[in-house]
Amino acid sequence: MMRQLVFLLLLVATSARAELVIEITQGKDNPTSIAVVPFAWSGWGSAPEDVAGVISDDLERSGQFAPVKLANMLSLPTREADVYFRDWRTTDVEYLLIGRVAGDSTMTIEYELFDVFRQTKVLSGRETGPAEDLRMLAHRASDDVYQQLTGVRGAFATRILYVSVQQGYNAPSTYQLTVADADGARSEVIYESSEPILSPTWAPDGNTIAYVSFETTRPAVFLHDLTTGTREQLTNFTGLNGAPAFSPDGNSLALTLSKDGSPDIYVLDLRSRELTRVTRHYAIDTEPAWMPDGRSLLFTSDRGGRPQIYRVDIATGKTERVTFEGPWNARASLAADGRTMVMVQQESGQFRIAVQDLQVGRVQILTGTTLDESPSVAPNGSMLLYATKLGDRGILAAVSVDGGVKFRLPSRDGDVREPAWSPFLGDP
Amino acid sequence: MKHLTDAASTMKVLSVIFAILFMAGCASTDTAEAPPEEPTGPTADEIAAEERKKAQMARMQALEDAVESAGNVVYFDFDKSTLTSATRRVLDAHIALLKENNDSVRLEGHTDERGTREYNMALGERRAKAVADYMAVNGIARYRLETVSYGEERPAMSGSNEAAWSKNRRVEIK
Repeated sequence: MMRQLVFLLLLVATSARAELVIEITQGKDNPTSIAVVPFAWSGWGSAPEDVAGVISDDLERSGQFAPVKLANMLSLPTREADVYFRDWRTTDVEYLLIGRVAGDSTMTIEYELFDVFRQTKVLSGRETGPAEDLRMLAHRASDDVYQQLTGVRGAFATRILYVSVQQGYNAPSTYQLTVADADGARSEVIYESSEPILSPTWAPDGNTIAYVSFETTRPAVFLHDLTTGTREQLTNFTGLNGAPAFSPDGNSLALTLSKDGSPDIYVLDLRSRELTRVTRHYAIDTEPAWMPDGRSLLFTSDRGGRPQIYRVDIATGKTERVTFEGPWNARASLAADGRTMVMVQQESGQFRIAVQDLQVGRVQILTGTTLDESPSVAPNGSMLLYATKLGDRGILAAVSVDGGVKFRLPSRDGDVREPAWSPFLGDP
Repeated sequence: MKHLTDAASTMKVLSVIFAILFMAGCASTDTAEAPPEEPTGPTADEIAAEERKKAQMARMQALEDAVESAGNVVYFDFDKSTLTSATRRVLDAHIALLKENNDSVRLEGHTDERGTREYNMALGERRAKAVADYMAVNGIARYRLETVSYGEERPAMSGSNEAAWSKNRRVEIK
């Protein structure tokens, strides 16, 4: 049964910015019941952020947890001494999370997680950081709770990049590149242009990004430092300059250039600026994605007549075809496990997100809409974000890699596309 | 008739040149003041030149009209960069005009929204290059032809249906 749950994240409303809201459309059949009790606040004025609400929303969005509603809580403990397991056992709550927030310019979150049936504390934690990063501290608590209960590292304290377009009526369109928390909150436009922006991607450091901008009236790859805001135009070749992808060590950038005739894959050493040509074919070769060992690349090529995924060894140039199911496969990317490949598969005019196990070759289609593209896997491999259409509007959506959990992130206005999920981030 | 007219006009030009040289020669040796020139209407040669200019302008106008009625956009099938006979007719009109001027053209390749964005960027380039190749083969110098692909990033028509898609799979001649 699908749980039809809709909740809105209250975001700071500013005009003409593609703010995302979250609508969960499908969760697991038997989600774990957890009560996240409102955290105590000791500080000046009212609490700057509903930390328990942020954590509760994170866990719910994973599809694996069903947070208990505040109205159904028989007591609201904030300290271990106030916990009466009886209050929670009678309502079949499996886990209980309580905590406290304190601070001014520096904030501290302390929390305890209890197993209600065993009547034991299973986790206690503490997160400290600047007040403006309080939401991120809450996401870190979510990560720890998620890992404790699922055995998988949480990816809530991560960020996403996306491109949005405001279509102008009798005016040029505005393209915006936005960075936001993984839940869509705290969005910030980092670059805006009347010319197209596409293919945003993260360096492994979680601070440098690359993307394609047409601001020179031709496509060029740019590097952008999120901390300093510094931008650098990296390429200016004749023809295509696109599809940037950082190597796992962050020292190289794979990209597509057509300066030598047809689109081929190249690797640019970011330190020496030396350019190496990797593929050499008159067909379209594009959309490079690194294998975790940094020695080979997956890419899309229509050398067989229609687009399919191939793998090329960078040193030897040895190339082999990877996809054999479906007449049309493109834009592969790889989860951190090195074997789960996600891609766009087209059959009978339907474009859907598919996942292929590179070791056993099994392919599963994850989405059911018709114009799905740009899959980007969370750094923990649990979920992937992708772009789709809702009516005539471009929106972001997410699906778990097993297909069981789905949610949408439509924006308040404009078309949103090309999500890119950050790697795990360091301390805020 | 045309050849005869050309020969006749060549003769006229030569005679005018001869007359000018003769008068110049007179002027250099004649110390007396030259008689005031009588105001005259356009010579037959000037009329002929004017007519040739008009004919050329009319010809250019006809070529420009042909380009205008052919339009600046050619269309493609899904995932294809093949030039249809209708496309060739449109391009032929542009080629005819480009042969008479020195303009450079920017060929902007576009795709519909279906398919992945970077693949579409490559497909848009393939379309723009197919048009550039056709123009080059038909006598337009390569340096006058610039190709750029916008992929699916700049649709001419919004909407997720074949009516919009067919308008978006295009090369714009600018």
